[in-house]
Parts: sequence; C-alpha cells; structure tokens
Amino acid sequence: MKIPLQYIALNLWTRRLTTALTAGGLALVVFVFATVLMLDEGLKKTLVTTGEYDNVVLIRRAADTEVQSSVERDQAAITASHAAIALGTNGEPQVSKETVVLIVLNKRGSDKPSNVIIRGISPLGAMLRPQVKLTSGRMFRPGSSEIIAGSGIAKQFVGAGIGETLRFGQREWTVVGQFDAANSGFDSEIWGDADQLMQAFRRQAYSSVIVRLNNSQRFDAFKQEIESDPRLTLEAKREQIFYADQSKALSTFISILGITLSVIFSLGAMIGAMITMYASVANRVAEIGTLRSLGFRRSSILVAFLAESLLLSLVGGVVGLLLASLMQTVSFSTTNFQSFSELAFGFELNATIIVKSLAFSLVMGLLGGFLPALKAARMKIVDSLRAA
Amino acid sequence: MFALRLILKNALRHRLRTSLTILGLVIATLSFGLLQTVISAFYAGAEASSATRLVTRNAISLVFPLPLSYSPKIRGIEGVTGIAHANWFGGIYQEPKNFFPQFAISGVEYLKLYPEFVLNDKEQAAFAHDRKGCIVGRKLANQYGFKLGDVIPLKGTIFPGQWEFVVRGIYDGKQANTDTSQFFFHWDYLNETIKKTAPSRANQVGVYIVQIGNPDNAAAISRTLDEQFRNSLAETLTETEQAFQLGFISMSEAIIVAIRVVSFVVIVIIMAVMANTMAMSARERLSEYATLKALGFPPRFLVLLIFGESLLIALIGSLLGIALLFPSAAAFSAKLGTFFPVFDIAPQTLLLQLACAAVVGLVAAIVPAVRSARINIVDGLRSIG
Repeated sequence: MKIPLQYIALNLWTRRLTTALTAGGLALVVFVFATVLMLDEGLKKTLVTTGEYDNVVLIRRAADTEVQSSVERDQAAITASHAAIALGTNGEPQVSKETVVLIVLNKRGSDKPSNVIIRGISPLGAMLRPQVKLTSGRMFRPGSSEIIAGSGIAKQFVGAGIGETLRFGQREWTVVGQFDAANSGFDSEIWGDADQLMQAFRRQAYSSVIVRLNNSQRFDAFKQEIESDPRLTLEAKREQIFYADQSKALSTFISILGITLSVIFSLGAMIGAMITMYASVANRVAEIGTLRSLGFRRSSILVAFLAESLLLSLVGGVVGLLLASLMQTVSFSTTNFQSFSELAFGFELNATIIVKSLAFSLVMGLLGGFLPALKAARMKIVDSLRAA
Repeated sequence: MFALRLILKNALRHRLRTSLTILGLVIATLSFGLLQTVISAFYAGAEASSATRLVTRNAISLVFPLPLSYSPKIRGIEGVTGIAHANWFGGIYQEPKNFFPQFAISGVEYLKLYPEFVLNDKEQAAFAHDRKGCIVGRKLANQYGFKLGDVIPLKGTIFPGQWEFVVRGIYDGKQANTDTSQFFFHWDYLNETIKKTAPSRANQVGVYIVQIGNPDNAAAISRTLDEQFRNSLAETLTETEQAFQLGFISMSEAIIVAIRVVSFVVIVIIMAVMANTMAMSARERLSEYATLKALGFPPRFLVLLIFGESLLIALIGSLLGIALLFPSAAAFSAKLGTFFPVFDIAPQTLLLQLACAAVVGLVAAIVPAVRSARINIVDGLRSIG
C-alpha cells in the first residue's frame, strides 16, 4: 500500500519557511553546477563552430597556434598549388594566406588591456568562412588601411567601433565594417588585408594557410603529402579540430574548477536537506506510528520520506535551472590561455545539461534523505504511538 | 552567566542537528577560504614585484620583439641604474600539460636585478660558464625532480627544434611570495641557434627589465624611454613591473570575478542551511519561550538566547573550518604543483572567514528571534511545535 503523493507534498507545504530555505540552498548548488556546464558547453560550441569541416589549416610544425607559427612565402605558394584544393568559379584555388598577430587593446569602460587577434586575410579569406556576415558598414578595401571588427570586439574595446580608428604599426587603421560570425571565435577578431598588415608589422612570413579541399574525404592523403614534402615544414589540421584543440586547456580548467566547487557545495546542501528531513521525522513520530498501525508497511514509510526529500530537491533543482537559464543572456569574455587572446563566449543550455542538473539535485535529495527515512521506517509502532 | 548556560544547553539539545549544521559551516568556511586563497594566488606575482623595476615591451603586443640595439640607448637614460633582457621561450617539457614558465635571460646581469632569487655563488658561476646551462626554481625542481647536472629536453613551439639544457643551479626565494617555479637559460644560446636557423629573427628581445634608482621617478623615466622610440619601427611601452603583472591578471579577470562570486554563493548556501536550523529550533521551542515570557523574562532575553545560540554554532563551525584550511591548502598546493607559483593563506582570508560566519549567525537568527519576541504568551503556550 502506498502513501499518496499529495500527502507528501502537503507535508512540505505545511513547513513553508523550512522548505523554502532548504530548497533555496539546493537551488544555488544546482545553479552553480548548471552554469559551469553551460559555460563549458558555450566555449566548446564557440570554438567548434569557428572551424569549417572542409577547410584545412596549415601551420608550422610544433606550433600550437597561428600566432606562434610562421609560413614562408615560398612554402605558402607550394601549398596553394596542390591538386587537392578546390577551385572557385574563375578557376582560382580556394586559398587564404593569412597573418595572425596579437595587439593590445583597452576595454571600454575599465580601460583594462587585453590581447586581441588581428587577422590579415587574402581576398578569398572571407568566402572560406561562410558563417561570417557583415552586419553594418562595408568590407575593407584590399590595399588600404581599413579593417573590420567582429561583434564581440566592436562592443568591448576602445576604438573598435565603426568609424573609429586604431593606431598600430605606424599607421592609423579605420574600422569600416562590423561582422557577425554566428558566435564563433571569429567574433573576437579584427580582420584586415594580409599584405597591408604584414607590411605594417614588418613581417616576411605568413602565419597560416587556409585551404578548402575539393573532396573532404581526401584529407588524410592531403595531410600525408604535405607533411612528407621535404620542401615544407608544415602541419595540416582540419579547421574544426584545430579550433577545438585550442579550447582544451580552458575547457579543462573550467570543468575541473566547476565540478570541484559543485561537489563541495553539494555537501553543504545535502546537510541542509538532511537536517530538514530529520526534523520532519522527529516532528511526526506519532503520525508515523498511526500510519503503521493503519497498516502501512515499513517500506511505504521509507518510500514516503524518500519521496518527500526527492520532491524537495526537485523543487530546488528546477528553481536552480530556471535561474541558470537566465544566464543565457550573459556573455562571458576571458583570455584563452592557449591562444593568449581574448575570447567571448556564452552560456549554452541544452537537454543534456538539464538532465544532468536535475539528476544531480535528485542525487543530493536521495543522499540527504536516506538516513532520516531509514530512521522513520525503523521505528517501533508502540514506541512511536507512545511518543505523542 | 545564566543566559550563557541556557544557550549552551539549547545548542546541545539536538546533538545530531547541531553537529550537521556545524559540519555544513566547516565545509562552507573551508571552501570559502580556499577560494579566497586561489584568488590571492592570482595576484601573487603582482604583489611580489619590485617598485624599482620597469618592464619595456613592444607597444603593439608581447608577440612582437624589440631590437637588441635598444639596450645601450635605454641604459643611457638618466635614472636608469641597470638593464637586462629576456625572451619568453614557451617550450614543452615532455607533454603540453607540464607547463612552467621558461625565459631566455641575459645571463648574470638579469639575476642581479632580481635579488629575491637566491642562488649561491658556486652555482651562479657554473651557470655563467655553461652556455647550455640553466637554473630552475626550488618548487619546479621539486615537482619534476630536477637535480644539478640533469639534462632537461624542451620542444620549442615559438623557436622550433629540440632543445637541451643542463641544470647548473637551483634558486630559492627570499620571501614566501617569490616565484620559484621558473626556468632560466642563456639568451645568447638562444640567439646563436636562431642566427643559424632563422636569421631574420635573431638579435631580438622579448622584454627589457629596466632598473631605476628611485621608484618615484618611474613615471617620468617610462615617459622618456617611450618618447625615445616613438615613431620607430618598434615603439615601446614601459610600465612598472606591478602594472605589467596586473595586465596579465586582468586578462583572466572574468574568471577571477566568477570565483569571487562563487565564494560568496557558498556563504549564502550555508546561510540558508543555518537559518533553517534556527527556524526549526525556534518553532519547536515556542511554548518554552512563552513560558519564559510568562515567568517575566523580557523579549530581549529571548532575542539574546536565539542570537547567542546561532552565533555560537557559527563560531564553532568557522573555527574548525579555519583550522582545516591550513592542511587542505597545503594539499591543494602540492596537487596543483607549479600552476600557482605561490599559494599562501593571507591573514585577511582568516578574518573574512570569521566575518562571514558572524554574518551567517546573525542573519540566520533574525526571523526566529523576531517571531519569538513577538509571540503572544497564550498562543505560544498552546503551540505544539
């Protein structure tokens, strides 16, 4: 025979203040847990959508990032003439020889400096990234000191809005356009003409070469040919994997920190649930005796108290998730240790995170409620009836 | 005295509940303390910096080098008493996760600018005489078991190739907050190798460390220095060592802010738990409180009882948490190795822990205290908890 759920829910309702405080503690823990998962998910999504699966990034061997890499002009030319590269409508190979450097810009408002990626692209560079769309202004003119800024940069940094100018490499650079890159890593970059930027920075070599393959399946063969060519000292990676690799350190840092915190905090919340449930048992000794003498089994009592605790934690979990879902409107921006540059990303909520967070809150309820429920179930009928 | 005994008796009435609450407080103060220590570890580099050292780098960003030829020009500026240079090497020791900072430094003159790095004369001479020699900090040496004479292989990422260095010295820190997780080797060795493999990148320096006689002149000297190279191919940006270090910290600011917020969230969580405990205790004792009132005790006596009990529990929990902070910080620091070069508990952290516990104790007692002070004697006596 089961004790009805309504009876259990009413028990929680009777002690509203206690229920609210306990559920509030649980909600905060679930909130921390969920936001960390969301942040990690947002970071991964940002860096994975940065890369196009069909594109290949070529950088110098042993360099981890484009900033560390250098690709000599002759090597870039050899790569660009490879037969596996897709051709455009006019028969030109779909290649962008790029130069990537960091410049220090100050944040609007706080004036705090941060490293920003500035990418010089070839005329085809924008076409190789179909997710990048100009939202206002126009494209920079090749051969001029004009640049365009990603949406994450334009908002955050002094001098990066349309019409403003930035000074570096003995020149004034005018921002003529703003682009949106669908929340990918390019949103945190500034783009300009590769040749102009190389001249300004007195660089002889490119940083990377981006190519599109005519047949994506041929990637392994292409990689093998490039890496075994004695004239080249390059390494080929799919663009998607290249960017995903760059998020590893930051992603590990966020998840380790977050999970450690959640576990420690959950101990606190579990103790809260345990105190509440013990009190709930202690206050209802006579009631438990009555239920038992009416014929409810020990197991029904155990289940009823566990259900009460689970219900309590579910309320906390749902409230915590609701709070966390508000975080989706907030954007988070920090330095990615690996590329040593500013990266903006959001909090990303998905079904897996919802399930994980609710499961996490239920586990807290189960662990917190088990001992008190056991105590309730083990009471002797006579003793408990006498206690009243 | 009577009130104190009553408070103690009340606190001990529900042993299980009180000990669970104390346990929760211990966890909360402990994690709050650890998080505060993590935050201060981020700032350790800036705190250990000297007011008489300036750092000059390329104005565009740290990725761009400065020519070696700037050295005599900077030395000639009035007020400059010493100069050294260094390059960030960024090599990989066995695996990318074994990260530690590596600098190619301009030999002994660099070490002279850093009196906080304590190295005995014999080891310093051995380093000076060995072109491929290197010196490592004590913490780094302990983590990877480096000993004098060991060969350390590094895979270059910025400077390609496989590099090998021989440990010629292990330095200690003069103060507790000195960073002893660094790795230094000869800039000359780096430069000679680069001359052969990538001549266009030779004779270039990452940063200049400029020593000045009087810290009050830091701003003026920085201005003169940067003025000298204005409109050149490599414009400079000079700032005090502290500002330079703070620049690094501000890059991870979002993460630091998040940790700071979260460290207070744990206090709020425990506040909810503690408030719950106090609310439950007060509700169960309503009839007792009414009896006390009927005996003639004024409402403020009840308020005193409830606040006293709440503060007592909070205090015990936080003291235990503080006591546990020391061993756990030591374990945490050992586990993280060189990730945080300095991981020390600041005295302010302990005060903050106590203050937070006091706030938790006070806030938790407000609602129950107000309720019981207001209770009507007849209603209270009738209440059955």
